[in-house]
Amino acid sequence: MADLTTDFLGIKSPNPFWLASAPPTDKEYNVRRAFEAGWGGVVWKTLGAEGPPVVNVNGPRYGAIYGADRRLLGLNNIELITDRPLEVNLEEMARVKADYPDRALIASIMVPCEEQAWKDILPRVEETNADGIELNFGCPHGMAERGMGSAVGQVPEYIEMVVRWCKKYYDRPVIVKLTPNIADIRKPAQAAKNGGADAVSLINTINSITSVNLDSMAPEPMIDGKGTHGGYCGPAVKPIAMNMVAEIARDPATRGLPISGIGGVTTWRDAAEFMALGCGNVQVCTAVMTYGFKIVDEMKSGLSQWMDEKGYTSTSDFVGKAVPNVTDWQYLNLNYVAKAKIDQDACISCGRCYAACEDTSHQAIAMTADRTFSVIDEECVACNLCVDVCPVENCITMEAMAPGTVDPRTGKTVQTEYANWTTHPNNPGAVAAE
Amino acid sequence: MTSPTAPGLAAGRLDAESIAAGFADLHAPLDPHEVLVAADRCYFCYDAPCVTACPTSIDIPLFIRQIATGTSAAAGQTIFDANILGGMCARVCPTEDLCEGACVREAAEGKPVEIGRLQRHATDTVMARQEHPFVRAALTGKRVAVVGAGPAGLSCAHRLAMLGHDVVMYDARIKPGGLNEYGIAAYKSTNGFAQREVDWLLGIGGIDLQTGKALGADLSLDALAEEFDAVFLGTGLGGVNALGIPGDDLAGVADAVSFIADLRQSTDLTTLPVGRNVVVIGGGMTAVDAAVQSKLLGAENVTIAYRRGRDAMGASRYEQDLAASHGVKLMFHVQPHAVRDGAIDLEYTSDDGTGLRGTGEVVSLAVDQVFRAIGQTLTTDGGLVVEGRKIKISGAGRTTRSGVWAGGDCALGGDDLTVTAVAEGRDAAMDIHATLMEGN
Repeated sequence: MADLTTDFLGIKSPNPFWLASAPPTDKEYNVRRAFEAGWGGVVWKTLGAEGPPVVNVNGPRYGAIYGADRRLLGLNNIELITDRPLEVNLEEMARVKADYPDRALIASIMVPCEEQAWKDILPRVEETNADGIELNFGCPHGMAERGMGSAVGQVPEYIEMVVRWCKKYYDRPVIVKLTPNIADIRKPAQAAKNGGADAVSLINTINSITSVNLDSMAPEPMIDGKGTHGGYCGPAVKPIAMNMVAEIARDPATRGLPISGIGGVTTWRDAAEFMALGCGNVQVCTAVMTYGFKIVDEMKSGLSQWMDEKGYTSTSDFVGKAVPNVTDWQYLNLNYVAKAKIDQDACISCGRCYAACEDTSHQAIAMTADRTFSVIDEECVACNLCVDVCPVENCITMEAMAPGTVDPRTGKTVQTEYANWTTHPNNPGAVAAE
Repeated sequence: MTSPTAPGLAAGRLDAESIAAGFADLHAPLDPHEVLVAADRCYFCYDAPCVTACPTSIDIPLFIRQIATGTSAAAGQTIFDANILGGMCARVCPTEDLCEGACVREAAEGKPVEIGRLQRHATDTVMARQEHPFVRAALTGKRVAVVGAGPAGLSCAHRLAMLGHDVVMYDARIKPGGLNEYGIAAYKSTNGFAQREVDWLLGIGGIDLQTGKALGADLSLDALAEEFDAVFLGTGLGGVNALGIPGDDLAGVADAVSFIADLRQSTDLTTLPVGRNVVVIGGGMTAVDAAVQSKLLGAENVTIAYRRGRDAMGASRYEQDLAASHGVKLMFHVQPHAVRDGAIDLEYTSDDGTGLRGTGEVVSLAVDQVFRAIGQTLTTDGGLVVEGRKIKISGAGRTTRSGVWAGGDCALGGDDLTVTAVAEGRDAAMDIHATLMEGN
């Protein structure tokens, strides 16, 4: 069985599955139970400055998007950082860390953008013997209105400034948690690196309104007739998160900067995908809020089995392995030609491919009176929509055309050579091929 | 209480509670969450095979999508637009042979979308509302006689009323509904649904229902044709084929349809006598309905005797399995030879391709009650041309007599199913309307 032990910034954990800073990690009771259940690490729910803690609303904090059978696909929340006193959290963290020395325990922190505020809290966090800190520059609701959370994460200069303070007053690893509510995720990541951050973690939640109550004409979750945007998370955000992770992983300015992947990780496969895009570990929240701590059993067994099948003996064997294959559109091979192919034995004749292609794509699927569907190669541009809408897995596949054969759509012979847009004759800015 | 082993015919073989449980709704309504899960399974197929398979061409993918998006009343409207008896069809259609049999998920995984139960949910939603969902068009001043208030007649009358015609609907029996009221297993139409459905359907207005009037006895086609602008015949098949064997006239030999009708009209099933040993002759839905209900009344031994093989049976495989699950024995390749006092002789059959023949080998079963379920016949043809023992029609139910249409079981063509009758009644109404309004 593959070894899942992970070393992230020198912080060892028995597996790469950490719980993200969120409601599941708000107190000792939960965190102990999470560790007993097998989680490799925990990022404690975000601490605020000394003094009266924040208060939360006393109505619904969450809103949801459902798929089939009320499967929760997306969750939105308007909860703030911990609403328990700082001392209580610090005492609990120290106790838990002492009892679970082999697990990672990270303190998430959000205090005002003033050097004194950081200078005050960091030594106290250090005393807990936590393995590191994560700067919450991502929370998009409530705290952002007070100049913290994503309000900081959206200004690269602030990120760099605060990270410098942290490196000045704190000796252990500093992770910067990024907000996705920004145009170019590379900028805050670069700022974090420039400030001396040891790693970034992403994504935090996405500004969202999950639904509108059409009776009361107000967004959900609704508090006494009003609603506010919340932070969106869960399986629905995974594609967005993975793109942002990949952007940072392949940006020359941040290449090699350790990343902790967050955003809809629900299964071992999700974790493996994030890690393949360069994440040293992953953080999970919505999945445990949906199913409880026990899902880590599946994550561990699944990742382990997959690693065994692939011959990976350590997670570092595959971390970042997909990054070289993430590229810009302009470098995609325009000489690659594929055609959709329908497996008639697998086809159940629902006709969804036909409706999709005929109504919205390239009119490249033919239908007979007896409901046989076949691809018209003369029209097929291999867009993949038919594959995506087909309810039968592997019924429709994209088959690459062999070099030397003629594409009946264009009448051109498929070339062996790679050629992209940068050298294409239709590109006004094309450079001559060498 | 007697017992299942009490000899001869006896009532109350089971206690009231067991009988009530046995005759409970065969397909109980889906609960709201089950509805959403079931609806979500629909693939929204292009030119969907389920629609093609439905004799009334209900837009099934549309109504299921309407359910899935929380508008079940709109879904019900979609169904009723095509099939005003969508509520009954949801209960009695052999969906395994029709929409669900054609569902691509049946082909893919042997588990079709539960179209019938979803249709029930949608139609129940609409019917639970106070108002009738259709309004009549401006009155045309035309009057149409509809003879027979079964599925075909009801469908025809409703459509005609909707189009602005005034309808007088006659039925030979005391209650309207036809086979929905008298001829379908009780567990498929519980809580007086057939009558509730008729009452609801009549809510459109413009339909004058007159029961206890039979064509041939109380009504003549000539008089109707004289009085009305058009006549629609949906009289069904009132007669039952005889067995044509010795003992056919013995006490204890009865028509399955009569047994079912008595059962459906009974207000206390513990008082309805049934034999200890019952044999049903036939292989259609009526045979299964009679056999299963005999068992549910407490008969000890119930056998369906069918002269051909399983595949040739009119009853679907689902119905066969339903019978088997209730402990009904299915015998194939046997035909009735003679009924004697307390026994029936069945002769084995074979078919070498030149026709069905008895082999001469006879098996005897103890029997107290024999039900004939070998097909039904016209009671009257109204003097119209008959073909294949049914009223000859062409197009949308046009008989050989101008101004007279026919549909449902009495008319040539189509399966003898509720849903087919509904389609034929509806289509005839559209043709009557077009004919009456010609030149207007």
